[in-house]
Amino acid sequence: MKQRWSDYLILVLALTVLWQLAYQLAGPDAITPPLQTVERLGQLVRQEGFWEHARATGLAFACAAVLALVGGLVIGTAIGSSSAAREILSPILETLYSIPKIVLYPVILLIFGLGISAKIAFGAIHGFFPVALFAIGAIRNIRPVLLRTGRVLRLPRLSLARHILVPATLPEIVTGLRIGFSTTLLGTLIGELFASSQGLGFMLVRAMDNHNVPDIMALTLLLFLIATGANSVILAIEHRVHAHGR
Amino acid sequence: MSADVHVTLNAVTRVYPAHSGHGEVHALGPIDFSLRRGEFVGVVGPSGCGKSTLLETVAGLALPSTGTVTFEGRPVDNQVPEGVGVVFQEDATFPWLTVRDNVAFGLQRAGIDGAEIARRVDEAIAFMGLNAFRRAYPSQLSGGMRQRVCIARTLVLRPRLILLDEPFGALDQQTRLLMGEELLRLWRETGATVMLITHALDEAAMLSDRVAVMSSRPGRFIAVLETHWPRERDSRIVAEPGFGLFTSRLWELIRDESKKALGIT
Amino acid sequence: MRHPALWRLGITAAVVLALEGLCRSGVISAFTMIAPSQMVVALAGMILHADWFWADARYTFENVGAAIVLSAVPGFVLGLVIHALPRLRRVLNPVLLSYYSVPTFVFYPLLIVIFGINQLSLIVMGAMFGVVAMISSTLTAIDRIPTVYGKVARVLRMDRSATALRIVLPAATPHLFTGLKLAVAYSVIGVIAGEFILATAGLGRRLSLSFNEFDNATMYGLIVLIFIVVAVINSGLQRWEARIYRRWYRS
Repeated sequence: MKQRWSDYLILVLALTVLWQLAYQLAGPDAITPPLQTVERLGQLVRQEGFWEHARATGLAFACAAVLALVGGLVIGTAIGSSSAAREILSPILETLYSIPKIVLYPVILLIFGLGISAKIAFGAIHGFFPVALFAIGAIRNIRPVLLRTGRVLRLPRLSLARHILVPATLPEIVTGLRIGFSTTLLGTLIGELFASSQGLGFMLVRAMDNHNVPDIMALTLLLFLIATGANSVILAIEHRVHAHGR
Repeated sequence: MSADVHVTLNAVTRVYPAHSGHGEVHALGPIDFSLRRGEFVGVVGPSGCGKSTLLETVAGLALPSTGTVTFEGRPVDNQVPEGVGVVFQEDATFPWLTVRDNVAFGLQRAGIDGAEIARRVDEAIAFMGLNAFRRAYPSQLSGGMRQRVCIARTLVLRPRLILLDEPFGALDQQTRLLMGEELLRLWRETGATVMLITHALDEAAMLSDRVAVMSSRPGRFIAVLETHWPRERDSRIVAEPGFGLFTSRLWELIRDESKKALGIT
Repeated sequence: MRHPALWRLGITAAVVLALEGLCRSGVISAFTMIAPSQMVVALAGMILHADWFWADARYTFENVGAAIVLSAVPGFVLGLVIHALPRLRRVLNPVLLSYYSVPTFVFYPLLIVIFGINQLSLIVMGAMFGVVAMISSTLTAIDRIPTVYGKVARVLRMDRSATALRIVLPAATPHLFTGLKLAVAYSVIGVIAGEFILATAGLGRRLSLSFNEFDNATMYGLIVLIFIVVAVINSGLQRWEARIYRRWYRS
């Protein structure tokens, strides 16, 4: 579906208006209005120490993302390639995916302690499952006629993978990567809320503890922009891949 | 003569407006045609000529860009008139309902009481030979049987005009011929006016009183041929000497148009 | 592959036994994790003896139940509406996609201001979290409905609400299960996270308390309980979904 610039504009305008309205209704104890939030964000970004926090988050996220995406792909394709493994293991994966990871937070903190490894663990366990499950699904959904064509053409394994398997599974895998990406981001941030003395998530929890509403709003806005920005980029890639896949 | 006329098309065209990089698409027309009450008209033409667009316009599923369609004297606007039934090419059975409930589906809002619904449904199911499958689900039936369910669902509403858009397109040749016979039986029993869109020339030739031949896009009627078959006909008509001549006449008319449509010079 | 379920049982049992061994032998310290058997014992103990258990459990499950309904039904209806208005759908698309990337519980303070510190806030938190998953699933589900159904509805001269109820809803149902499963998961997360933060009552609060007091037995007991409940609900939904798929799409 084609997204036009005017659509984004309308969305931004509508959200800003709703935001302002919410401020009128709920007062400065709960919300800061748009303009002030943007100002506050500007101040925060220029504060000393901000970029260290941002780097900490970035580092944790990058590690978690590598673990989740690569791990998910490897295990997902391994399981997906064997119908026996898939039948046995994929319900287990689905159940684990659907269990609210929030109940595992105390466990992760106990295992990893407070610090960056806990954050990475949080992020990774959030992102791993969608990637793996989508990879399994992608392989499962390869149309049999494509595989038969490959056999008829007597393609060697590498060729088969490159010319048939990868293009056939790519769209669904990319969707899984996108979802995995954003859930890893969420997981890492949540990890910072509970487990860290550094990072944007930590700044957020500190603001929440101090009931510092302008900071809460400014940081939330920042996170929202980062998440939406990253998501849109991956979505654009995903659309390209899906379009080719047709 | 005007009491005889059931459906008219006057200077009907369908033009798709230009948008995002594509120019205007002149998909159909202009078409001038009328259907007589109770007749069976077949429409054939090369692929992409606008046959389905034509049917949608007659059914009231879409508005013509210019011109008018009338049904029983009244103009057809963007709504399907009462008394019109449509059978589509795709499987339109509802997988969550049994055959019986599928057939009864359209009746459940017409303000008809339960006993009458049951009667009509039983009638239609018996007529289409589905008695053994009343409680089956569509997933358990073959493509041909599912189309019979769709036809039964149309039947119960006692339509006076039945439009069929390549209803047997997804079926194999032998099933098609037999389904064609069923369609003729249905036509004779109900006395409805029937318009059948098909790409199969022999099917059109066998079933119709008149066959309209469409050109490649934008589709217009280049000829309308009368078959002069008796009303009591079935698939064995293919053995008639006139049949082969008729079909080859159709192909003569369509061949060049088909080549144009496929881009063969 | 014969009896995949047995294999699964076997693998799960093997994992549990391995954990049991590692915990009992001290490789995993009791400070970090207690043995699975001890978790079960703790859970049984809670259910039978803890004076707070049934009150807190009922509190949480009431909240989760209400949140599920409040996310599934409005989610479906909103999905219907948004699908019918393509412009609206395009405008909202970024929100729908990014919703789960942002920690939405930062808005909990806002909710507290509006609804107060009570059950309603928790239910809204849970519902808020789950509703977008339901909307997205509904949109995808309706996308997948064969276009011919819509044409049949028009030929039968059905009005919008009849079409929605008698065609769209049943036709979309198999795909809606995905949304329902997500709505369940997210409602649980939303409610429990809320109970963590608001700390008034409920199993979420107990979880937080036992963690802070280093009461591993209670903590793990609760975790096992939530695991089991969610697994049971999910397995029920999965079986219902499979039954429908079998009947409707057997061919």
